[in-house]
Amino acid sequence: MELFALNHAWLIPLVPAAAFIIIGLFFKEFHQLSAGIAVLAGTFSFIMSAAVVMAVLDAGISVEMPFIQKIQWIKIAGMHFSMGVMIDPLSAMMLVVVSLVALLVEIYSIGYMKGDKGYGRFFAYISLFSASMLGLNIAVNFLQMYVFWELVGLCSYLLIGFYYYRISAREAAKKAFITTRIGDFGLLIGILSLQMVFGTVDFMELRHILPVYIAANGTGLLTIIGILLFIGPIGKSGQFPLHVWLPDAMEGPAPVSALIHAATMVVAGVYLVARSYFLFAQLPELLHLIAWLGAFTAFFAASIAITQREIKRILAYSTISQLGYMMMALGVGSLTASMFHLLTHAFFKSLLFLGAGAVMHAINEEADIFKMGGLRKKMPLVFVTMTIGVLAISGLPPFAGFFSKDEILAAAAAVSMPLYIIGTITAFMTAFYMARLLFVVFWGKEQHGHVHKTSYFMQIPLAVLSILAAFAGAAGYVGGFGDWVRFGEAMPEHMNIGLAGISTALSVAAIALAWHIYVSKKYLSDIIAQKMGFIYTVSFNKYYIDEFYAILCRIFIDGIGKIMYFIDLYIIDGIVNTMAALTVYCSRIFSKLQTGQIQTYVAIFFCGVIILLVYTIVFFTKINELAAGGGF
Amino acid sequence: MHVGLTQVLILSALLFCIGLYGILVKRNLFAILMCIEIMLNAVNINFAAFNYFLPMPDLSGQVMMIFSITVAAAEVAVGLAIIFKIYHDFKTVNIDKINNMKG
Amino acid sequence: MADTMASIIFYILAIIIVVAAWGIIYCKNLVHSALSMTLCFIAIAGLYALMQADFLAAVQIMIYAGTVVILIALGIMMTRRISMDRTNMPERRYMIWTALITGGLFTCLGIIFIEYPLASVNVKPEGNTVDAIAQLLLGKYMLSFEIAAVLLLAAMIGAVVLAKGADE
Repeated sequence: MELFALNHAWLIPLVPAAAFIIIGLFFKEFHQLSAGIAVLAGTFSFIMSAAVVMAVLDAGISVEMPFIQKIQWIKIAGMHFSMGVMIDPLSAMMLVVVSLVALLVEIYSIGYMKGDKGYGRFFAYISLFSASMLGLNIAVNFLQMYVFWELVGLCSYLLIGFYYYRISAREAAKKAFITTRIGDFGLLIGILSLQMVFGTVDFMELRHILPVYIAANGTGLLTIIGILLFIGPIGKSGQFPLHVWLPDAMEGPAPVSALIHAATMVVAGVYLVARSYFLFAQLPELLHLIAWLGAFTAFFAASIAITQREIKRILAYSTISQLGYMMMALGVGSLTASMFHLLTHAFFKSLLFLGAGAVMHAINEEADIFKMGGLRKKMPLVFVTMTIGVLAISGLPPFAGFFSKDEILAAAAAVSMPLYIIGTITAFMTAFYMARLLFVVFWGKEQHGHVHKTSYFMQIPLAVLSILAAFAGAAGYVGGFGDWVRFGEAMPEHMNIGLAGISTALSVAAIALAWHIYVSKKYLSDIIAQKMGFIYTVSFNKYYIDEFYAILCRIFIDGIGKIMYFIDLYIIDGIVNTMAALTVYCSRIFSKLQTGQIQTYVAIFFCGVIILLVYTIVFFTKINELAAGGGF
Repeated sequence: MHVGLTQVLILSALLFCIGLYGILVKRNLFAILMCIEIMLNAVNINFAAFNYFLPMPDLSGQVMMIFSITVAAAEVAVGLAIIFKIYHDFKTVNIDKINNMKG
Repeated sequence: MADTMASIIFYILAIIIVVAAWGIIYCKNLVHSALSMTLCFIAIAGLYALMQADFLAAVQIMIYAGTVVILIALGIMMTRRISMDRTNMPERRYMIWTALITGGLFTCLGIIFIEYPLASVNVKPEGNTVDAIAQLLLGKYMLSFEIAAVLLLAAMIGAVVLAKGADE
């Protein structure tokens, strides 16, 4: 069974892809059937992924000794590219996370999307997305990864713009696509440079070539390539300054936000850095940059999340913040901590998003948390699961976030104190704004008399995810996640009691503060906002980044546009128009020849024959003369 | 004067040129068709002459003539049919009057 | 054509062919042109016979002098007017240009044929050519033979459709 799973791991992305084609071509109008096909394909992928994980645990596959299966894909001009399956602990973990969350989200969507016109379309896209994301996970080289990277970007675009009849959704989809494109462009150039410098983009080959190359040539050029490669993750994983698309991406349906913009696609950037960590680990300056960028993004996004009012926007900024954490962990050299946080974050963040979706679904798609209130009694299951999610993200023991966040902070503290302090402050803010969300939504005055019932399809995934959010961290900690997913030597699992105590205490304090402000109203939030005037306004307006980009766009794009317009109007159009006029003029001359008289054509034809004959005669005469005169 | 390949070829060239002259000068479609036949016959004479005068092991030249004649027969049949059609549509067989393709 | 007799016959035939061909163009009456063409074809058949292509000579008389001329004559009749006089007038406007082109062409061909003569050796045995042609047609040129048959069928159908009018 295990060998079978490894040898047939290529089916994991292929079956959802087939589901996409089947649904997209034939069953788009059959709502129940399309959902059934998608869930079936998702179940298959999950079972196969689980079997792959078992196989990896049993068959002694490690980071150094991955299981690889390749077939030739492209062969041009001496370059070979293969496509295939690369199974190591890292990709196996990603496989199981992605396929599990995808499956749960698909089940959830059966209830959530009920009655929507685009029901079949939704499941087709979701299937395509899982196929692409799973294909990205098992990529054997940068090129294959890039193809799937673009595919998940496409799915993200399609699903953000799922309600395409809403202008805001269309705009958000465009924004997401264009912003990530900036990053993808850097990534593409990075991959091409790798191909040019090393002649290969294969992960294993590069891993073997790289130390030799660095010993011979140093790291100068490699740092540039590394930066180019890292621009891709900046865009995809919503790092500053390309984070602007992620909050807007919440225009898509809630399950999409949970699957794509929280659990899986946005961590593709983190995964890319982890996958090519053999490269980044050789570049300490770049790692430093990654760590600081991650820390800054984490802090920056958390400071915005505190003042936001829309539930999904808060969660989006929280996602950016957590992605910053993961990047920071990679930057301080702890691949294990980053991947561990990726795993736990996938569970608790998709749980929070699905919970938010359930809440919004119940009260007629109301998004403002201050218009919810008092839903504790009406939606007990959602309340309990959301609470678990909030506690998990806040890093309270024994929930999942505690273990992973603590590991990141410990790794940061080991490298640089400022990073640790920023991380801790961010953790405090995270706990505060998540508690704020929870208290505002579920406590307070009841504002909605009637609440739609949450269907069982939506409840089951919430329950499963809350169990995972509660226990995945402890299980990973006890089960030796670090022996398994690692870079280089396995780091001994050690719990820094002092650091863990500090962060736990801070989280509890943050939650208590939130309780005082939003539940017992000891301090009124409006007064605080007034006193903090300037800071509040800046944070509420997301540091005016969007406005800044708009101005930048206006100056640069409009300026370039004016120049281009001039060039287009007078130079390019001039050339084109001249050509067109010339063509018209010439054709007027030549159309005179078109008399409609066959005889004229025959006459012209034979004139040509005569010319050829004369040429032949002259040519042969010359040859004869030369031959006679001994010219040769 | 001794008759060789050259004389026969010149005869066929003359016949060909007469046919061409007829095609270019005549306006009547039937006359043009007849001139085309003359040109085809000039070509056939070449085949026969080459087969006769050049050292050839077999009669491939004459077989080619048979094919040429076959094509000519088909051409006459289709050509006449086209002329009938033109006559039916334009009520004339003078090709000066038929210049719908004039540019 | 080694002997003088054959040479004389060739020249006589050549004169008949050229004059008859010229007659096609010269005649003002289409029917006269068709008759002139018949003469031309029969003379060409004689030329074939002179060059030991007796089967081809028979074919020439049957197909050209027989069928093709009859077809064309029939066509002329079907599109005839009350008088056949002056139905076949040459266009004087084009005469000079045409004469230049055809004259040029003939000059070029003549120069090539005379300046670069091909060796004329006759190794063909005297006698019946039908057997040899049959062997070739149904052996070496089998495929071409079949294709020619298909071509004739297509031409026949095409002629019927065109002349009758598919839209009627």
